[in-house]
Parts: sequence; C-alpha cells; structure tokens
Amino acid sequence: MTIREVVKLLDAEILCGAEHLDTQIHTACGSDMMSDVLAYVKDQSVLLTGLLNPQVVRTAEMMDMLCIVFVRGKRPEQSVIDLAASKGIVLLTTEKRLFVACGILYTNGLGG
Amino acid sequence: MECIRLEYEVDGENFASAGNASESVKRTLKQLGVSPASVRRVAIAMYEGEINMVIHAHGGKAAVEIYPERVDIYLKDSGPGIADIDLAMKAGYSTATESIRSLGFGAGMGLPNMKKYSDEMKIDSTVGVGTTVFLRVNFE
Repeated sequence: MTIREVVKLLDAEILCGAEHLDTQIHTACGSDMMSDVLAYVKDQSVLLTGLLNPQVVRTAEMMDMLCIVFVRGKRPEQSVIDLAASKGIVLLTTEKRLFVACGILYTNGLGG
Repeated sequence: MECIRLEYEVDGENFASAGNASESVKRTLKQLGVSPASVRRVAIAMYEGEINMVIHAHGGKAAVEIYPERVDIYLKDSGPGIADIDLAMKAGYSTATESIRSLGFGAGMGLPNMKKYSDEMKIDSTVGVGTTVFLRVNFE
C-alpha cells in the first residue's frame, strides 16, 4: 500500500512529508523501545510508536524507514518534525492506540 | 593504505544530538557508493555506541577510518567503565535508569546489537577510567 492509504486507514494527520505520500510500503513494526527496533527490525518501512523524542527519527533514519506514525494522538515538538522533514521521513499522527493502529494496517495487507 | 579519517565529539549532555556522528558516517558511506546493507550495519552499530556514550558515559570521542573494503570505528569515553563485560554483553542486561528507558533505550540491547551488526568488536574498559569500543564492519 502507499503511505496515502495509511493516512486514510488510520484517519491520520500529516505532520510532514506530504510530498512522499505515494511511496509504496510493504511492512511495518510497532514499538516504544528503540533498542528493540534496532535489534529485531529488518527492512520495515513504517514505525508505529507512542514515543516522541528525536531519537525516534534517528532510529528510523538508521533503519532506512520511510514513515513514522505517532499513536494515541501524540504530537512531537516542532524540532522533531523539522528533523524528520530534513531526512525526507513522513510523520503522521493518529488518535488510534498502538494495538489498534497496527491491527488495522495488518488486516489491510501490511506485513510484519 | 589509503583511508578516510573522520573524528567526532559526542556531546554527553545533549540527548537530542545523539546520533549526529553516526548519521554523518552513514551519509559519507552512501556518497562513497558503499552498498545500502553495509551502510545500515555500520550506521546501527555506531548509533548504538553513540547512544551508549551519551546515556552511560557523559559523551566521548568517535574516530572512524573508512577503507575500500571496511570501516573501523573507535568509540572512547571517560565514563564509569564496565565492571563485567560478559554480563554487559548479555541481551536484556542493562544498568540504565528508568528515565533512560522512558526515552526508548536501556533495553539491554545496545552492546548485543553492536556485536550483531559488526564483524569484529573489542571492548577495553577500566572501572572509574573509561571504555573504548572498537568496531569493524567489512563491506559486502
């Protein structure tokens, strides 16, 4: 699916990277523990998380991820949004909780 | 042998800037045309090291040597040192505080990740003096 479809499925708001919405993505992971993302994730292109600090963007950048979805209506500081924008990473925020957001994407065909 | 040398100060007081050095190395390797898989291994291994220096050791210095077929990374800090390196290498073992965990780190995966993503890893540590970590990643 495209990032645009993720936005629609999660009823998400785009915080930055609107120009990359047609990028294709195939897999995602959900975690609040960045060390685990670095340890276990392989070629996942979307990170769903409730963590808001700049290291979420750094972690995504190191893993070559394309999109971060903040769950539970969370919204990072502008400096974090600017950091992601400078890396070409799409930031989204959704009111849905982590489990629900992951479930919706999974049942709509996004792999783990 | 020809190599590119890069040196960085890792600021131990600024959690937000942790990862700057790894990011710079990642960008340099990309520009040099190193394969994406190798670039990612270097980036993750060094990033975990950089995070460790910030959360455990008040920062330090990173020196990186890029050769045509590999990269060597030296991470040197003057932090508290590691009393039991074997224990520290165990996945899930961590001395990180709750405040570090709330930042998304301190799961006890830092050193195991560095080992996982590098081809060679050496730790020299003296309690009360500091730690030097050597990482070598061979390009695919």
